[in-house]
Amino acid sequence: MSTIETHTTRVTVTVNGREVSEEVEPRTLLVHFLREQARLTGTHVGCDTSNCGACTVLIDGEAAKSCTVLAVQANGHKVTTVEGVGNGSGGFSPVQEGFRQEHGLQCGYCTPGMIMACTALLTENPKPNEHEIREALEGNLCRCTGYETIVRAVQWAATNGGAGEWA
Amino acid sequence: MGMIPARFDYRQAGSVAEALQLLVSCDDAKLLAGGHSLVPLMKMRLVSPATLIDISGIAELQGVADTGSVLRVGALTRHRVVERSQVVAQHVPLLAHVAGLVGDPQVRNRGTIGGSLVHGDPAADLPSVALATGATMIVTGPAGERRITAADFFVDFLETAVGPDEILTAIEFPKRTGAGFGYEKFVRRSMDYAIVGVAVQAGEQPGIALVNMGSVPRRAEAASQALASGAAVDAVAALAADGTNPPEDLNANADYRRHLASVLTKRALLAAGYR
Repeated sequence: MSTIETHTTRVTVTVNGREVSEEVEPRTLLVHFLREQARLTGTHVGCDTSNCGACTVLIDGEAAKSCTVLAVQANGHKVTTVEGVGNGSGGFSPVQEGFRQEHGLQCGYCTPGMIMACTALLTENPKPNEHEIREALEGNLCRCTGYETIVRAVQWAATNGGAGEWA
Repeated sequence: MGMIPARFDYRQAGSVAEALQLLVSCDDAKLLAGGHSLVPLMKMRLVSPATLIDISGIAELQGVADTGSVLRVGALTRHRVVERSQVVAQHVPLLAHVAGLVGDPQVRNRGTIGGSLVHGDPAADLPSVALATGATMIVTGPAGERRITAADFFVDFLETAVGPDEILTAIEFPKRTGAGFGYEKFVRRSMDYAIVGVAVQAGEQPGIALVNMGSVPRRAEAASQALASGAAVDAVAALAADGTNPPEDLNANADYRRHLASVLTKRALLAAGYR
């Protein structure tokens, strides 16, 4: 039986305000670190090729596709996932509530990434126009809604409290 | 489970000197900046370096500096920073505009200008800006610094003039304050790579460069010369695809790409203020 030499490295990331520190292989992708080490499965793996945006999280407050970031690249940084959005006791953020009010989803697979991209947008630009909303979501694919209801969900959030709380 | 890269050793470099040393001492090493060209290639196992040298923390390679006649952009400057830089918008507006069209917001938050240029992808946006504006690449190696013009930088498909023991540290853009510019990118979805793209820089030394019209990013030389000698817009546009060998794929055959190059060149010229 052969043994494969595996080098690991310690990665410490503050995920939704909680420090997660694990020994992982350097090739571990951030999305897998979040799902398997931090045990937060809200962040989805979609296309796995940095196209679809289902894996979008915030790194130091900026939207990023976690399938295209190595966990070591997030070492020492702050990561926010969809579980970190809202008030922490089950209450929806205005962005989440907007998706509910305006039916911004059908199957829901893209929704965590959409919520994170919209949260980043509204944090930076609390009153985006429709063009700015569509530009901000160009890296997030939805195959159900045709985007119309998603745009309306963001507009709902913008007039009902904005980005809301996130860790 | 998804796609994951092959195993590699991970090293961090805190300075250019340290990165150069690691490049020499590590076998089969690749530099990691934003990772938005390299990591996808590694996930598809198209490249499997034995060592990744993470240079993303090197402070001296970040940011935009106005040095008088040129803007010096650190290789690690992220697209988002270039896109939003007032000094870039003022002095090299074509660069600020095109930086805002790379990929999508998530990609622009992570990807770096130097990473995009050394990747040498003929379908990428930023090489055309370097070519149209006449930028100079500053490359540092064991023997010191050397300067490479954009025209000499792109060697072959995904291959640049940067040697295996060298690092692209900065890009110098000649100031184009007040000069017109145009960038036209034909895509089916907004985030896609250009099927064809055209960058036009107006002003004293005008330039036209093409995206995805061959195996390397390239200037439209005949059209650029015609523009410099005062030819009419239609005459310049007609020369756009001169000497190119466009790729054929599911999006477009070569003839269609040549047609697009002329149409987009005309649009970019008009946007740049030519009539």
